[in-house]
Amino acid sequence: MELKDFIANFAEQFDETDVNEFKPETVFHDLEEYSSLVALSIIAMINEEYDVTLKGDDMSAAVTIEDLFNIVKSKM
Amino acid sequence: MAFLEVKNVRIAGMSAGVPKRVINNMEQFNDYSKDYDAAAFVEQTGVLERRVDNIPTSDLCVPAAVQLMNDLGWEKADVDAVLFVSQNTDYILPATACIVQERLGLSKECYAMDIAMGCSGWVYGLSAALSLMQGGTIKKALLMCGDAKRRSQYDGPLFGFAGTVTALVYDEGCSSIKFHLGTDGGSYDAIIIPDGGARNQVTPKSFELEEFDGKMVHRLESRMKGMDVFAFGISTVPKSVKQLSEHFGIDYQDADYYVFHQANMKMNNMIMKKLKLPQEKVPSCMYWFGNTSSASIPLTIVTQLGDKCQDHKRFLCCGFGVGLSWGTVVFETDNLVLSKLVEVEEDKNTKWV
Repeated sequence: MELKDFIANFAEQFDETDVNEFKPETVFHDLEEYSSLVALSIIAMINEEYDVTLKGDDMSAAVTIEDLFNIVKSKM
Repeated sequence: MAFLEVKNVRIAGMSAGVPKRVINNMEQFNDYSKDYDAAAFVEQTGVLERRVDNIPTSDLCVPAAVQLMNDLGWEKADVDAVLFVSQNTDYILPATACIVQERLGLSKECYAMDIAMGCSGWVYGLSAALSLMQGGTIKKALLMCGDAKRRSQYDGPLFGFAGTVTALVYDEGCSSIKFHLGTDGGSYDAIIIPDGGARNQVTPKSFELEEFDGKMVHRLESRMKGMDVFAFGISTVPKSVKQLSEHFGIDYQDADYYVFHQANMKMNNMIMKKLKLPQEKVPSCMYWFGNTSSASIPLTIVTQLGDKCQDHKRFLCCGFGVGLSWGTVVFETDNLVLSKLVEVEEDKNTKWV
């Protein structure tokens, strides 16, 4: 699993945010488009692409996209 | 392993009652939570309309039961059991099933019991009712399932009210009904009403609003860890369907219809995709009725398959949610009687305690 691919998959869950905004250090909770519904899309993407089932606490614990990547990696 | 196979009992018919009053989500709840956007909510959850009114669950089930017994040609005296599955009963006690026995004019020689289950409730209730009947002494039973979420005034844009009735009849030699049932009480607080039970008594503090998952709620209304429930649904349901298929040596791809609890469109689409099911075999009613808890499976069958079940049909259904709890069932029907949807208005005349 590559961080670059994870970020691309992550970015696909957003419709309006500029793709250049998605970096390892991006604090995704602060993105204007991020909402509880987008969070569900991210959980679904992670379940489908990586066969990992995240909980709400995992989403809250991750500050940056790279943090979330590391949580997913630890559960694989 | 909670697998179950029940023989000699079949599903004869289904009916559903909903409030006549329609709520449109594009016109309501504009300030539901801090990041709430009505158009995005409707698009992603697939819930445009819901039926909500000042009507308790049993007032939706009783007229639906009268309609179904009429359509089946059942006599009141022939009904040996009534089970009422709900988490919105008329009173904390007595059991609503007991009150329903009298309201429907059923015999006093009638078995009546409530079962406190939510979104998995129709499958659980079915497993309980069928198990009760397979001995052959209880020949006809009514399984009532539904939730009119009347524990608080304000229950968000996802949930609608509905009460359903499933008629079961002892019939030697009919095809068996097979179940897989599961539970994860470790996530008991994923969907919970914290106060008002024996763990946390009602106090004035129970009515104070607190922030939960971005919404202001008090401790007598249900709260949900949406992301946890979503992750649970998309991972557990496909597994349960596959476990049932493996255990009984059946191919789940053989069913005519797949009816899932109507949680929300995003979750249900994901489940459908993971099981590789064709959309035309997966009916849905959440656009018009929202998430109706234990009523959602029979409500979907009644409203979406009303004229499609005259011949032989094979069904696979799965209920999942609060508990956490889930159940998958496969069954076959011949000439399943599906009553026309019953629309109910608030009863302002009957005097209740």
